[in-house]
Amino acid sequence: MIPELGHYALVLALFVALVQSVPPLVGAATRNGAWMNVAVPAAIAQMLLVLLSYAALTWAHVVSDFSVLNVVQNSHSAKPMLYKVSGVWGNHEGSMMLWIVMLTIFGAAVALFGRNLPPTLKARVLAVQGLIGVGFLLFILITSNPFIRVIPAPIDGNDLNPLLQDPGLAFHPPFLYAGYVGFSMAFSFAVAALIEGRVDPAWARWVRPWTLAAWSTLTMGIAMGSWWAYYELGWGGWWYWDPVENASFMPWLAGTALLHSAIVVEKRDALKSWTILLAIVTFSLSLMGTFLVRSGILTSVHAFAVDPKRGIFILVLLAIATGGSLLLYSLRAPTLKAGGLFAPISREGALVLNNLLLSTATATVFIGTLYPLFLDILKLGKVSVGAPFFNATFVPVAIPMVIAMVVGPYLSWKRADLGAALTRLWVAGVAVVAAVAVTAYVKAGSGPLLALVGIGLAAWAFVGSLVEFADRIALFRTSFKNSWNRAVHLPRSAWGMTIAHASIGLSILGMTGTSAWQTESITAMRPGDRASVAGYEFQFDGVGLVDGPNFKAERGTFTVTKDGQRIATLEPERRSYSTTRMTTTESAIHTTVFSDLYVALGDPTQNGTAWIVRIYHHPLVPWIWIGGVGMMLGGLVSLTDRRFRIGAPERRRAAGKTGGKSAPLPAE
Amino acid sequence: MTRKKRRLYMLGLALLGLGSATALALTAFQDNIVFFYSPSQLQTQQVGDRNFRLGGLVEEGSVQKQPDGVTTAFRVTDTAHTVDVRYRGQLPDLFREGQGVVAEGRMTGGVFVAREVLAKHDENYMPPEVSEALKQAGVYKNPAESATKTAKKE
Repeated sequence: MIPELGHYALVLALFVALVQSVPPLVGAATRNGAWMNVAVPAAIAQMLLVLLSYAALTWAHVVSDFSVLNVVQNSHSAKPMLYKVSGVWGNHEGSMMLWIVMLTIFGAAVALFGRNLPPTLKARVLAVQGLIGVGFLLFILITSNPFIRVIPAPIDGNDLNPLLQDPGLAFHPPFLYAGYVGFSMAFSFAVAALIEGRVDPAWARWVRPWTLAAWSTLTMGIAMGSWWAYYELGWGGWWYWDPVENASFMPWLAGTALLHSAIVVEKRDALKSWTILLAIVTFSLSLMGTFLVRSGILTSVHAFAVDPKRGIFILVLLAIATGGSLLLYSLRAPTLKAGGLFAPISREGALVLNNLLLSTATATVFIGTLYPLFLDILKLGKVSVGAPFFNATFVPVAIPMVIAMVVGPYLSWKRADLGAALTRLWVAGVAVVAAVAVTAYVKAGSGPLLALVGIGLAAWAFVGSLVEFADRIALFRTSFKNSWNRAVHLPRSAWGMTIAHASIGLSILGMTGTSAWQTESITAMRPGDRASVAGYEFQFDGVGLVDGPNFKAERGTFTVTKDGQRIATLEPERRSYSTTRMTTTESAIHTTVFSDLYVALGDPTQNGTAWIVRIYHHPLVPWIWIGGVGMMLGGLVSLTDRRFRIGAPERRRAAGKTGGKSAPLPAE
Repeated sequence: MTRKKRRLYMLGLALLGLGSATALALTAFQDNIVFFYSPSQLQTQQVGDRNFRLGGLVEEGSVQKQPDGVTTAFRVTDTAHTVDVRYRGQLPDLFREGQGVVAEGRMTGGVFVAREVLAKHDENYMPPEVSEALKQAGVYKNPAESATKTAKKE
C-alpha cells in the first residue's frame, strides 16, 4: 500500500508542478496577482509530495519490501541499515528521485525565503523551476518508475552492487546532486530575468547566494567522489579525467565563473548578459552530466549498466531546456542595457580574465570529453581521450588562472595599478622562491619539472591569499588589537574568498605531491615477507577470515615500521558477497599529514600460499581533500554574509555600500 | 574607453581564449588520442608502437598466472580472432573468464602488454565499444537478459 501511496504522490507532484508553472507565467505577463501567487503554495506542495514519495520508497527499502522491483534489484534483508537507506539513491530510479527531491527543496526555499523578491520575478523563477520539475517527474514516471511491483514477491533481494556498499555512497551523491540541481536556481533566475527583460545589481544579489550554495555543495560532492575513487582500487585514483568525472567538473568550472561574474553585476552593474549566459550554460552542463552518466554512451570506469532509452529522454530534456533558454537569450539579451565602464587593468578586468580562463578550461574539458562521441557518430573510429590530453590542455590554462587569482583581489574597481599590486605581493613571491628551492633541494631533481611549477603555484596561491587578507586588516602596520578588530568586522564574503583561494593552494600542493612523487610496489607476498616502499617497511603477518553482515572477507594484516619504529597496522580486505557473487578489494590506508600509506590485498597466487599485494606511498595526497573541504567552507562562510541575509537591496543601496568584495583596501 | 572599444576588447579576448583552447586541444589530440580496436580489427590495422585500447571477451580457460605471482596472461577474443594479453598487477574485482574487458597498452612482439585493465562497476555493464565489437562479430548477447537468465537458474 505504501509504495502505491508514494507513486500516487509522485503523480500528484507532476500536476502540482504544472500548476506551479503555467498560471504564474500567465499571471506575471498579465499582472494578475492571484495567478502569480499560486506559485508559492504550489512549490511547497510539490516539495511535500515529492518528499512523501521519497519517504515511501525509503520505507520500502528499510523494511525490505521485496514486492517492489527496485528493492528486489538493489537490496537484501541482510544489508546493513546504512546501505538500506543510502541504497535508495544507489540505483538509477532512486538517484533520479533524489534529484527531484533536491529540485523541489530548492524551489520551496525560494517560495519560503524569497519574500523580498519582486512579485513578477518570484512568480517567474518558481514557474521555471516548476517546468524543470515537470520534465524530470515525467522522466521518472515514464522511464524510471521506482514503485513497480513484482508478483509473486521473491523471498530475498539481489543485494546492492557491493562496490557501492561503502560510506562514500551515503555522502557523495547527495552533495553532488545538491550542487547539480542547485545550479537550476541560477538558471531559473536567468530565464526569469530574460522574460522580465531586466537585470540589475539587486537581481545579482538574489542569484549569488543560490549559486554559492550550489557551488559549495558541488565542490564537496566532487571532493568526496575523488576521495572515494582514490581509496577504491581500480577507479583510477583521485582524478582520472574519466567522462563521468568530467561531467561533474564542467558545471563546477562554469559555476565558478558564474560565481565571479555575478560579483561584477552586483557591484558594478556590468557583464550582465554574459552572466545570464553563464547561468544557462552551467545548468545545461549539469543536465549534460546527467545525460552522460545516465545514458552510458561513453566508456567510463564509473559506468553502470544502463538503459539507452533513458538517455534519449534526458537528451530531449536537455535540448528543450538549453535550446529554449538560448533562443530566449538570443531574443532578449540585446535589450539588456550595458552598465559601468572599466579599464582592462581593474577588478572587473581581473574577473573578466578569470571568466575567460575558466570558460576556456571548460571548453577544453568539453572537447576532450565529447570528442570520442563525435568521432563515433561520424564513424571515424573508436577512440578514448585520457589524462595525457587533459594534462596538455587543462594545465596550461589553469596555471595563469591561479597566478591571476592572487593578483585580482588587489586591484581596485574601474581602474587599477598592476605594479603597485605586485609590489604588495612581494612576500608571496619570496614564498614561491623558497618553496621551489626547498623542493628542488630535498627531491634533488626527482619528478618532472612541472612538479616544481606546481609547488610554486601552491605557495603563490596559499601565501598570496593570506598576504592579501593580512593587508586588508593592516596586520603589522597597526596594533594587533586594531587588526583583530578589522578582521572581525571584515565582511564574511572577504573571509570566504580568502579561505577558498588559499584552499586552492592546498589542493594544488596535494595534486602535485602525489602525481610527482608517488611510489608503488606490486609483489606476491607470503606471510612473514617484507616489502620496502619509500623508506617504510611493510611486514605481511598473514590473512585471517572475517564474517561481515552480508559478506565473508579475507583480512590481511600488515605491520608498518620506519627505522625500527612501529608506525601502524594496516588491515586490507578482500570481501566476497554471497548474493551477488562479487569480490571487492577494500584497501587500508594510514594517513599522516604529509603522506598516505596505502595497502591493497589482491588474489592469492595459484598454489594459495602467497597473495598479490599492492603498496603505495602517496606523498601530500590528503591535502587535495583538505583543500576541497576548505573551498566548500569558504563558500559557506561567504554565504553567511550580511548582505545576503538582509533583504530589500534597493534600500540598502541607497544607504551606501558596505558589503563584500568592494570594501576599499586599507589605506596605506 | 568607449563602450564600443570595450566591447571590441572583450570580443578580442574571448576569441583569443577560444582560439587558444582550440589550438591546445588540436595539438594535444595529435599525440594523446587512444584508439580502440577489437581483435578482428587488429588483424588489418597497423598499430605500430602506439598505445591503444583492446576490447572483447576474456576467452574461457585462457587465464593463467605466471610464476612470478603478479603477472597474468590471458586471451581477449571477439570469437572471430584472439589476441594474447599480458598484464602485471592486480586485476579488477570483476575480471572474469567469459566477461567483457577493456585493456590499455601496446603490442610488443605479438603480445599485447597491458598497462591498465579497466574496472567495471557491475557485472551487467559492458563497455559500449566491446558490445559494438561483439555485435560486429555477431555474438552479442544482451547482458541484462543473460543476467536475468543466470539469476533464474539459481
